[in-house]
Amino acid sequence: MDHLTRRQFGRLSLAAAIAGAGQVAGVFPALAQSANPIRIGFAMALSGGLAGNGRATLLAYQIWAQEVNARGGILGRPVQLVFYDDQTQPGLVPGIYTKLLDVDKVDIVTSPYATAMIAPAMPVVMQRNVTFLTIFGAGVNEAFKYDRHFNVNVVGDNMKETYATGYFEVAAMLPAPPRSIAIAAVDNEFAQKAAESARYHAKKRGIRIVYDRSYPPSTVDFTPIIRAMQSGRPDLVFIASYPPDSSGLVRAANELRFTPAIFGGGLVGPQLASFQSQFGPLLNNLVTWDVYSPEPTMDFPGVATFLQKYRELAPREQTDLLGNYIPPYAYAQMQTLEQTLTRIGKIDQAAMAADMHAQEFDTIVGKFRFSALGEWAEPRNLFVQFQGITDNELERYKRPGAKVILAPASLKSGSLRTPYGAAG
Amino acid sequence: MDPDLVLLLNGIVSGLLLGGLYAAAATGLAVSFGMLDIVNIAHPALMVMGAFSVVLIGTALGLDPLLVAVLQAPLFYLLGILIYGVYHHFFEKRGEEALQGLAFFFGVMFIIEVGLVMAFGPEQRFLDPPYAFITWRIGEIDLPLRMLAPALLALAALGALHLYLKRSFTGLAVAAVAQDAEALRLMAVNPVRIKRLAFGLSVALASIAGGALVVVQPVDPSSGQIFIGRVFAICIMGGMASLPGCLTAALLFGVVENVTATFYGPSWSPAVAFGWLLLVLAFRPQGLFGRMA
Repeated sequence: MDHLTRRQFGRLSLAAAIAGAGQVAGVFPALAQSANPIRIGFAMALSGGLAGNGRATLLAYQIWAQEVNARGGILGRPVQLVFYDDQTQPGLVPGIYTKLLDVDKVDIVTSPYATAMIAPAMPVVMQRNVTFLTIFGAGVNEAFKYDRHFNVNVVGDNMKETYATGYFEVAAMLPAPPRSIAIAAVDNEFAQKAAESARYHAKKRGIRIVYDRSYPPSTVDFTPIIRAMQSGRPDLVFIASYPPDSSGLVRAANELRFTPAIFGGGLVGPQLASFQSQFGPLLNNLVTWDVYSPEPTMDFPGVATFLQKYRELAPREQTDLLGNYIPPYAYAQMQTLEQTLTRIGKIDQAAMAADMHAQEFDTIVGKFRFSALGEWAEPRNLFVQFQGITDNELERYKRPGAKVILAPASLKSGSLRTPYGAAG
Repeated sequence: MDPDLVLLLNGIVSGLLLGGLYAAAATGLAVSFGMLDIVNIAHPALMVMGAFSVVLIGTALGLDPLLVAVLQAPLFYLLGILIYGVYHHFFEKRGEEALQGLAFFFGVMFIIEVGLVMAFGPEQRFLDPPYAFITWRIGEIDLPLRMLAPALLALAALGALHLYLKRSFTGLAVAAVAQDAEALRLMAVNPVRIKRLAFGLSVALASIAGGALVVVQPVDPSSGQIFIGRVFAICIMGGMASLPGCLTAALLFGVVENVTATFYGPSWSPAVAFGWLLLVLAFRPQGLFGRMA
């Protein structure tokens, strides 16, 4: 049975890969004739639970590749993306990277999305001493300490101390100092680290933790969690969740008329167009972690142009319609690669790593440097608040004002409204 | 009222409503797995396919998702007949239904999931009827219509199926084929035809469960995965071919999950719920309402 099942899986994976390759050929018809391209290989979640962000990431890469090729490529060579669907199964990732490096013999590898998929690729990449530029990992290199790992993500090195800083800066804006907090996190690495950061800051500020639980990703009904939180009457609620559960938690909070002074935390989901379209006004006053908002304080050169291009292609590619979450960072990841290669003038893994350690990168998500562990040297966790949402239209999220930035102070674009559940 | 008592009562009520969704998801499987002995591991994927179809049709025509789910059920019945035809021809007829049949349904599940990603993309899809944002409050008890309406539809579908199986000739034949297909043949009834019909019914029920699922939560192509363990556990706990057993087990599962989540944390919910399954099987191996062979 195992043999047959694997074979079926293999055939379908092949079909998916061919379909994926077909997409690339469709976007870059000239590539088939190009000699000696720079081949960039990666696994990406094109099906399974992480596929929403995986496909958005791929589209950003494709836009970048098209632009680079239109400019004549890098080092005079066109770029070619070689990718396989990891089906959001970490177990498939080592095999894909082995194939990319040993069989396909790609020149450069970048990572899948995200932490849970990056970690299983690390040993394969490290054995071959390859520079590994990753996207939206969270503390993956804390364990490996690989000096050729570089991660494009705002969380930075010390997630425990830095991730929730902005959330508690926002809490400090409340008219009365908050005295209690409820914390809930889904059982995965990113969310658990986010919750750990919330605990760290709550204790540091003397805020009493009245509820602190994890929940499995298979949870269907979230009303017991919200009701148990509600019974503790917390001033603050910090939730670290992924899209399916974020949806259930926001819905349950509204059904139970839960109105703490601040409701939010590290929810992944409200950043996405499908979530915003579904919940509309229910999002008002939600304070949550984010990476980008089209506020004047984040109007970095090139980001608006990229998003316009992305949004034109997104409906056809059936991916997130707005692209306000991962796509600008995925594009910036490829800009990082391009800037390194252009500077060193050759494909040399050691030279690439040395350059990434030494240089500053100027991208559509701003300027950044990498730390010794390859994370952003200066973390930039945004905490935003949904405000003034009156309907389910998505147009408002293309303009400033719908998702104002409350923290960090350097990017602040609005003032806190409270409590959650009040009209935005 | 005592706050702990309020929590307990709400935990029970929300658990019963959640159990309604589980019953919707498990009823079709009680027919295919419980009565026909077909390990249709693709049942939750078919449910999600039904949910996507509900979103598509409901959005286009502006209809209520539960109504669409019922209206599209005949199409899924035909799909079920088609799937059973393939399964019977390539596996059951050759006596290879045990392991290779399981692999077949595993493949069906995977094809449905990848097909949905290809057709609709991996994003979450939703279709919220207006009542999904209404919560009735009876004293201290909350009754969100988002959970209540699907639970009532599940009960109605289960009741209709129960009546059909008990009162109609073909329904009785379905029950008979579950017990002894050869005896049915001696009664001049083609067991393959009856099984085809019953499998079609089970897939039609998956479509109705898909409508219930859309009202409860947004769906993505992989949403069915979290239901696989639960629906099989419910069928086994209820007693395989027993519909009342399926309903009781589903409600019990929901209540145990939610009360545990309320008082001991949601991490314990699956462990305690599946612990109940083990307990039931230890003392009643045939399930709550099953009969000893």
